[in-house]
Amino acid sequence: MFAATERDFQYKRTEKMFRALFGFMVLILAIPVLMILAILLIKGGPAISMAFIFTDPTNGMTEGGIFPALLGTIWLVVVSMMASVPLGIAAAVYLSEYAPDNWVTRAINLATINLAGVPSIVHALFGVGAFVVFFRFGTSILAASLTLAVMTLPVVIVSSWEALQSVPRAFREACWNMGATRWQTIWNVVLPNSIAGILTGVILQVSRAAGETAPIMFTGAALFLPFLPESVFDQTMALALHLFVVATQVPGVPEQLPYGVALVLIGIVMIMNTLSIWFRMKLRGKKKW
Amino acid sequence: MVSQAARAGDSAKKGAANRKVKLSVRNLTIRYGDVVALNNANLDIYENEVMGVIGPANSGKTSFLNAINRMSDMRSNMTVEGEITFNGVNIRDWRNVYALRSRIGVVFPLPVGLPMTIYDNVTLSPRLRGITDKRVLDETVERCLTRAALWDEVKDRLNHLGSMLSGGQQQRLTIARALSQDPDLLMLDEFSIAVDPVTTMRIEDVLKELKSQMTIILVTNLVQQANRLADRTSFFLNGEHVETGETEALFEGRTQDQRTRDYIEGRFG
Repeated sequence: MFAATERDFQYKRTEKMFRALFGFMVLILAIPVLMILAILLIKGGPAISMAFIFTDPTNGMTEGGIFPALLGTIWLVVVSMMASVPLGIAAAVYLSEYAPDNWVTRAINLATINLAGVPSIVHALFGVGAFVVFFRFGTSILAASLTLAVMTLPVVIVSSWEALQSVPRAFREACWNMGATRWQTIWNVVLPNSIAGILTGVILQVSRAAGETAPIMFTGAALFLPFLPESVFDQTMALALHLFVVATQVPGVPEQLPYGVALVLIGIVMIMNTLSIWFRMKLRGKKKW
Repeated sequence: MVSQAARAGDSAKKGAANRKVKLSVRNLTIRYGDVVALNNANLDIYENEVMGVIGPANSGKTSFLNAINRMSDMRSNMTVEGEITFNGVNIRDWRNVYALRSRIGVVFPLPVGLPMTIYDNVTLSPRLRGITDKRVLDETVERCLTRAALWDEVKDRLNHLGSMLSGGQQQRLTIARALSQDPDLLMLDEFSIAVDPVTTMRIEDVLKELKSQMTIILVTNLVQQANRLADRTSFFLNGEHVETGETEALFEGRTQDQRTRDYIEGRFG
């Protein structure tokens, strides 16, 4: 009665097979990531120095550092997040907490998700039409940042919406039953318990904004500038575009230079993602319900 | 505290003969879309009584509670017709729905400990009303937790998460939170569903004490719980309010409707 039957062995074999299959998939996923990092470190590592990070490019961008591009990327990311984060979270709160469940809301949700899938070059062209030409911002940090904001907005909305929806409805009902307004409920119960998820989504968008080239190359990022931007109405250099330029547009660049730029760019993204994970761990800390 | 004692005293003087109507329900019909959850219910609930509401699942008991504190406002497909008068004022004419709801404490079938500290759970309602005085809040926490028979178990860890307490403790926390509203009316919706028998008996003892200070509507699927606690009992069946009578009379078999008698005596289905 307790002896293993043929069926038991078959279950065991199937279990082993799927375990191996899924494990193999993870391996396939991990190999390119590790190889990219390894190649960048080997080829770009020697280029990295304090001087590389804190000096201007010289001699037709074939020598020197990347400081203006690094600073420009920080400008672009900060300004674009200042636009997309408040707007995106507010929109998500409305869609999740206030909007009635009818076809208009569902249509807006669907449109938002679709917008997240629009290629970045389309956002770039929209940015040129809307911000550079129509609003007369010219090619500037402001126009480029707003274009990046439009691009990241749908994902900020969707990820924030998901974080808000993960708070059980029973918590809201308990609050409403006490006489709390919708806003009091959001402020006291919903936001404190979804902020970790919201911020995670936001920080992931920061790294996306830092890495995009297409949306900024027509709207405010310049190939080379002999000066640093002083306001949001100036043009700027940016790391992603700088990498594109030194890798493909300028002849006679030593091989380690573009690898070094890529390494710095990926470094920024990784620092951001690490920060996001650390933040989430700190806020979630322990299980709350 | 003084006003509460005075209120309790007032109602005691009026006595059973001249009972003041706390909540009056006229021609109440509740629909979800086209589905009727409760059809043309009429009943009065008197001040400082425990009104038991019994009936099988899907008979409109919970919808009845939701209509009283206008939770229909938060649900797009729930419509309420008829008139509910609370403290002499139609609930639709209250200056705002939040004032109405803050007078009514609600306890749910499944315990809801909000994911904040025990202290914050109990002080949330006062804080929403703008009370910030630490001494008042401290006093509220001790008073409400004591009345909900939870104080001794949690007094040394008020800064722990309310949502991580055990089920029975969370249910008492929910009651403490409802009491922190200083409600006129306490509505309990099958509170013992997720609570062990010992905790249930403790909560029932609490309710017996609270009766002198507030009106209680006790929706329950345990017929004997209504018998133990309720002064009068209503029987709901398939969206119909079948009858309301003195609990004692109903449980002695003096019902107006045979179905009530069958349900109470467990001869249903």
